[in-house]
Formats: sequence, structure tokens, C-alpha cells
Amino acid sequence: MSRFRNIARAFGLVVALTGQALPQAAQPQPAKVGLGRAALPEEIKAWDIDVRPDGLGAPVGKGTVKKGEELFLAQCAACHGEFGEAVGRWPVLVGGRGSLKADSPEKTIGSYWPDASTVFDYIRRAMPFGNARSLSDDDVYALTAFLLNMNEVVKDDFVLTNENIATVKMPNASAFYEDDRTTAEKHFWAEACMKNCKTGEVRVTGHARVIDVTPDGKSGPRVE
Amino acid sequence: MGAKDDPSSLNRRSLLRAGLAGAAVTTTGGAALAQARPEPAKPDPMVTEIQDWNRFLGPGVEAAPYGKPSKFEKDVIRRNVGWLTAGTESSINFTPIHELDGIITPNGVCFERHHGGVAEIDPAMHRLMINGLVEKPLVFTMDDLKRFPGRVNRPYFLECAANGGMEWKGAQLNGVQFTHGMIHNVWYTGIPLKTVLNEAGIKSNGKWLLVEGADAAAMTRSIPIEKALDDCMIAWAMNGEALRAEQGYPLRIVVPGWEGNMWVKWLRRIEVGDQPWAQREETSKYTDLLADGRARRHTWVMDAKSVVTNPSPQKPLKYKGPNVLTGLAWSGRGAISRVDVSVDGGRNWQSARIDGPAMPLCLTRFYVDFDWNGQELMIQSRAMDSTGYVQPSKEALRKVRGLNSIYHNNGIQTWLVRANGETENVEIS
Repeated sequence: MSRFRNIARAFGLVVALTGQALPQAAQPQPAKVGLGRAALPEEIKAWDIDVRPDGLGAPVGKGTVKKGEELFLAQCAACHGEFGEAVGRWPVLVGGRGSLKADSPEKTIGSYWPDASTVFDYIRRAMPFGNARSLSDDDVYALTAFLLNMNEVVKDDFVLTNENIATVKMPNASAFYEDDRTTAEKHFWAEACMKNCKTGEVRVTGHARVIDVTPDGKSGPRVE
Repeated sequence: MGAKDDPSSLNRRSLLRAGLAGAAVTTTGGAALAQARPEPAKPDPMVTEIQDWNRFLGPGVEAAPYGKPSKFEKDVIRRNVGWLTAGTESSINFTPIHELDGIITPNGVCFERHHGGVAEIDPAMHRLMINGLVEKPLVFTMDDLKRFPGRVNRPYFLECAANGGMEWKGAQLNGVQFTHGMIHNVWYTGIPLKTVLNEAGIKSNGKWLLVEGADAAAMTRSIPIEKALDDCMIAWAMNGEALRAEQGYPLRIVVPGWEGNMWVKWLRRIEVGDQPWAQREETSKYTDLLADGRARRHTWVMDAKSVVTNPSPQKPLKYKGPNVLTGLAWSGRGAISRVDVSVDGGRNWQSARIDGPAMPLCLTRFYVDFDWNGQELMIQSRAMDSTGYVQPSKEALRKVRGLNSIYHNNGIQTWLVRANGETENVEIS
């Protein structure tokens, strides 16, 4: 230890004498390298399309539930169903309220999503699936208004705008809380039992339900 | 002793004794089994006949400018489960971990998870922007990034938070590739994320990053600044070569020990802000629904986990006598300090032999060399990490999390090895 301190002191002395730090030493804020170039405002505008729950980033615009319904039937219903009930295994968008404690919870915009901004943000950046960035901001406001209406979050005559998007209260918003595993699961930090850790017979209580995922799983192995 | 003896210990000698007793052989010791190896009835033509490859010339050095595995390894491939998702563009496939050894995943079999298919990006056309709460918003080319001083190489596992997600309600998929294959482990080459952040200069109120991909899903996640400045990297290479397209070529973010969804591929933008963005992938997805209807969010760290990859349903036991049990262990909280293995369904445990480095936030390989006498086995493995965390049983995990969590299933896996060697994914009492 003392030897290390001496070396550190000696090193510090060198820095003090020369007045110049060696690379990567004793500098909390490293010098800038000078690579890259300034991002232009037009470039930032083109890519910075995210919208936060407090409305930061919401572009000027508006959309009605009615307009959203027209757009939804034309652009979205093929996968999500006319009522947001989904076709096949595509995501269900509507319904599911009160199902979160059930055996098969239905996590939809209305039953689960904590923030209205997320609906706008996600449609704007990624939908329609396979034709992203093709909708106008007003179209995205309208679709968001329609989905909120279908989920009984807003009324039929609601007009969603950049001014009011942060005020929309989502039904399940209060159900989310920060990761608490280090306290709620503190008992997983424990001594591991090594011998006679179970009493009684160990029984098989369940078998893999899906066995056809294994390529040659049908023929049993041969033991020599 | 007989066939019903509890195979409570992996001690080589005791298992051997049990096997010998079952076979009604009275001699003890390993030599007896070795002597039991049958004499071949006739010479093996693989030895006595001259084979084609021993006589005729093979392909020359120009036949394969970029080499592939032997054609006899054609089954060592990523596989998907069609019914899991609506289409293949927003879907997942699985690493064949039962076919691999050591700790490094070959690039071509690293599992894939896309939200809008694979973006094919010419690196000359790729840009990385840093904007938001910075002194100077910047744009970098790939050439710019590769000129930064302080390049680093680091090995890290990347595990999807949904790895094992189908198993919460009970054993479902009969193969370790499908129950645990949403993981890979490669060496990343790149620069610390803080290097480029420093170049733009984070303002004092900059507490969060939004990282965004250039793909058709424009994938986004919020990352707290502490993690970003700690060990995150932006990487352009894996295992010594450029990132594969399906892994984010030409640039991805590396978020060591944290759920794979945050490791945004085709990274094109980093925004600095003072709050998280509540994006789709961190609200409607990748939040952990508990039994009481509430949900944990920001569950970023991958808890310690392990699994036996051989034997497993896709790799049953084929021989009595000497066998190699092996598997993988990892933790997002630190290094693997120990792995225990049980063959009697968790009644008794023995520490496995770890081979190769046990590095933090990196896959760790373990082995148990054992003799099998044909008894039924219930094989489990249990990882411990440098923080003292012990991988919980599925029962203990469900007690806290319920059945609807989908994500972060790190419960202990059980493989039932039947007397014929067939191995099955089961749940036990």
C-alpha cells in the first residue's frame, strides 16, 4: 500500500512540475478530441421526433377521433382489427381493462400503458408496420385520439393536440413502480443449501407442453 | 444398491458403484467399466477402407473466401418458434447453446431480435447524432468514431429480458435452445460511450439518455446517465470482425449486464435529457407485471442465472459410463463465483468445475464429469455471483413475481433424464 502511495505521490509530483498531465491521468474532464461536426438545426429536427410524457417534443398539430377512425380502418385494421382487437397474433390495442390480475392479462393501451405520449411517439416512429414515417403529425394525433377513445380514455368529440397530450390521464398510470428487486427479493442473497435441501420425494409436476420444437425430438435417443 | 438408489451425489466413485451394482457386476473401481467395453466383432471399415477424402484432392484455398462451418454442422443454427410472433420481421430466434462450448458465441448463431426486420446500412451512409442537453450537438461518421483514442475490447453477455419468458406458467418448450437461447456472448470492439458524450459535453442537468436505432422501428430506450458513463460502449465489431447486419451493423450500443432490449442496434442518435422518455419498449413492454396487477419498471439488470446445456432435450445422454455435463452461468450484477449442480432434483448439490475465465457480466462455462449408470436423473444448476446473489428456484421466483411477469425469468431449470437417456424439460416438486 505505502509503496503504491509513494508511486502515486511521485506521479503527482511529475504532473506538478511539468504542469501537464500524462494522457488519461488526473483529469476528470478529458480534453475534447475534436472529432465530429456540429449538428445543424434542420438535422436535429429531422431525427429528434421523440415525445415525452410531459409533452416535450410534441409537434404542433391536432387530430380528431373521427379522423383517427378513418385512418385506422385504412392503415391499421388489417393487423390490429377494426376495433383494435387484433388479427392473429398482432398486438391487441383495445380492451383488457381489469384483466391485469387474471390468468391471461390483456395488456392494451387502455388497460396497461401508463402514458398517452407513448402512443403518439410509437405510431410516429414505427407505424404503420413496414411503412414507418409515412403519416403526418396530424394523422398521428388523430390515430392516437381514436385509440384513446376506443379505450374509453377520452370522449368521442375529443381533439388531441400538442397542448393537451400531456394532460391525458391513463387508467393504469399509477400501477408502475421502480425496480425494487434488491429489497423485495433480498432473500435471494443468501447461503445456498448443499445437502438434504428437500424433504420427501421429489416428483415431476409438469412436462414440456410443446415438444415439436425439437428438430429430431420424435425419435427417442438410443442408449448404448 | 439398485436402480432405485437416489443419485444424490455426483461423486464419480459413488455413481460408478451404483451403476456397477445395477449391472450385477461385483468388481469395484473404474477399471471394471473400461474392461466392459465390447470387442468389435469385425474390423471397422472407417479404418480399414481408404476413404475418398484420403485419396482425392479437396477444394483449394479459393473455394471459400469467407469460411463456413463444416456441412456436417448444418443443424447448428438459430431457430425460431413460428407461433410466438405474428411475423418474422418483429420476432426472435434462438442461439443453439446446446451445440456450443466455451464462452464465446460464434457471430453467425448469435440470436436475433428485431422490431422492424434487419436494417441493411452502408456504413458510409451511417451517422451518429448526439443532441439534447449538450453543449454542442454533434454528428459523427463511422470514420470519425474509429479515430477516437481509447478503443477498448470487452466480452459481455447479451440476454433478452424475455429469455425463458414462455416458462413462467410451467414447462413449455422442450429444448434449451428455446428455453434459454435468447443469449449470446461476444467480444465487442469500440469506444466507451462517455468518450463521445464528453465530445458533445453533457450539461449539468443531463441525467438520462435516449438511444435510438436507424431501423424501421426506430428502436428507442432510456438509459440513466450513471450507467452510460460507467461501462456502456458504442461498438462496431464483435469477435474481431464488423458487427453482423442482424446485430446492428455498423454500430450498436453495449449496455453490459442489462437487458438486451436496451442494446439498441443500428445506433444513430443519442439524446441527453433530464427525465426518461417512457418509450413503448420501456412501458408497454419490458415492464414486469406482478400478481397484484402492479408492474415494475426500469428492471434493467439481468439477475444471476445458469442452465445445463448438455444433457438437455436436444442433447440427450447416449451412453452409460463417462459423460460430460456442461452448462453456462452469468450475472448482470458481477462475476460468477460458483455454480452448483444437482442430479436429484435439488435435494443435494455439488459445486461444478468452472473452466476458462469467470469474468464480470460475461458467460462462464462449467463442467461436471460424471459416470452414468442409467438411473433417472433430475438435473439442475444454480449460479452464484460476486454480490452473493443465489439463483432462485422457479417456485421462489413465482412466490414474489407471480406468473404473468414474462420478463426476467432466472429460475432454476430442471431436466429429467430418463433411463433411456431421453431428456425432458420438466417442473418438479
